[in-house]
Amino acid sequence: MSRPVQRYVEHVMGMPISLALRGRHADDDAGRDAWAEVMAALHDVDRVFSTYREDSVVSRLDRGEVQLADCPPEVIEVLGLGARAERESGGAFRIRLATADGRTRLDPSGVVKGWAVERAARALHALEDTDFCLSAGGDMVCRTRDADAEPWRVGIEDPHDPTRIIAVVPVHNGAVATSGTAHRGSHLVDGRTGRAPEGVASVTVVADTLTWADIDATAAYALGPEAARWLRTRPGRRGLVVWADGTTTLVTDDLVSGPWDASGSGSPAGPTPAGGATSTRPDSPTVASSSTPPRT
Amino acid sequence: MKRNLLWFLSTITVVVLLFGYHTSTSGSMATTSGTVITSSAQPGASTQTSGQGGSGGNGGNGSSGSGKSGNGAAGNGNGNGSGGGNGSGTSAGSGSGNGTTAQPTTTTVTGGVAQTQWGPVQVQLTIKGGTITDVSVLQQPSGNPQDDQINSYALPILVQNTLNAQSAQIDMVSGATVTSTGYVQSLQSALDQAGL
Repeated sequence: MSRPVQRYVEHVMGMPISLALRGRHADDDAGRDAWAEVMAALHDVDRVFSTYREDSVVSRLDRGEVQLADCPPEVIEVLGLGARAERESGGAFRIRLATADGRTRLDPSGVVKGWAVERAARALHALEDTDFCLSAGGDMVCRTRDADAEPWRVGIEDPHDPTRIIAVVPVHNGAVATSGTAHRGSHLVDGRTGRAPEGVASVTVVADTLTWADIDATAAYALGPEAARWLRTRPGRRGLVVWADGTTTLVTDDLVSGPWDASGSGSPAGPTPAGGATSTRPDSPTVASSSTPPRT
Repeated sequence: MKRNLLWFLSTITVVVLLFGYHTSTSGSMATTSGTVITSSAQPGASTQTSGQGGSGGNGGNGSSGSGKSGNGAAGNGNGNGSGGGNGSGTSAGSGSGNGTTAQPTTTTVTGGVAQTQWGPVQVQLTIKGGTITDVSVLQQPSGNPQDDQINSYALPILVQNTLNAQSAQIDMVSGATVTSTGYVQSLQSALDQAGL
């Protein structure tokens, strides 16, 4: 690491927000101001979207106390993203959840987190000559200013042993999100059945934007056994599915020539060889060399 | 079914009020225009359409034009919307007040167009028995979302035998959502504290 990393942590929406900064403004007033802006933006989002707050706009919309026309346009944006995700996932992803009394409850949380963090990160983009990696409870936006810089190294947690790392994603500019139930128990359901998906332990998605990395990770997880197959149909996404039995499936985006296409001579740093970990055949993703991770 | 009747009447009232009261909550990033509400109920059906003035296109203004409401007595949805710009609307509605049949009313509410970083988005809510039963997108950006700030490329994912965080030399941990209570025991917490 050529430059020291400065770290910041605060909590909002019931989860930790971790920021790593390196470069010119990593540890000065401009950097701290940007961090304060990030947190203020997330608190704003919480006030509008929280399903835990009775007085949030979303809670009031769900109760019929406010009309769509009276909601901030951000609510329409988020509902639009959610409806699109519902359709593109065949209903596995849902922003309306069934409640115990047979009603449905509006809960766009599956969209809000990634979307909110991506928006909040705008303050960090404004910091000159400063790299950042902003994580909200394990989903993050990464940016490096200089393509020759060290990429951020994002460790993917082993869902079967959250104290260990099962893979590493080096990222210059992009987003990484993981869905699973390792820390919170079984809270994600397949919207088609209302039941927890089977066979899958976690899904990690790497994409251009955290909005879609987060949505797709949740949707793929909800799809259970279809997770990897579905993720492969998503343009520009890559990822890693860890199955309940400990095996893994790597999803590459070879089908789509993205900005990180290996042939891209324009990529200044050039993708480094992955030690044979990635497949060049989109129809046969590489399974982890050791399909069953050793336990200690 | 007095309750249903009351609910129905209050729905009509709200619908009518909606025309008369348009709150411009738009932030600097969005403009909205147009609101359409369709309500069908048994017995009696009301269809109301309100056009609200075309969006100004300037971010700070949010929306221009306003719906202007007539008086709507409950149970007799009667409002007229006239908007500036190209959105003019009329409404005709009669909700008969004898709610003897306990059919839940299904109402669809169409929101304005929000200008987002992805492009224009417009959604429609379907509400039945006071519950949002469907959210559909009437307008959305074509193609894939692009954020011009991000010219992203990420390097290949390195799958390996599990490692501890130290030997993996990682900056951040991506995993199932860590809650604030679970954070203290997490790998990310260790990284944050190490300040590496």
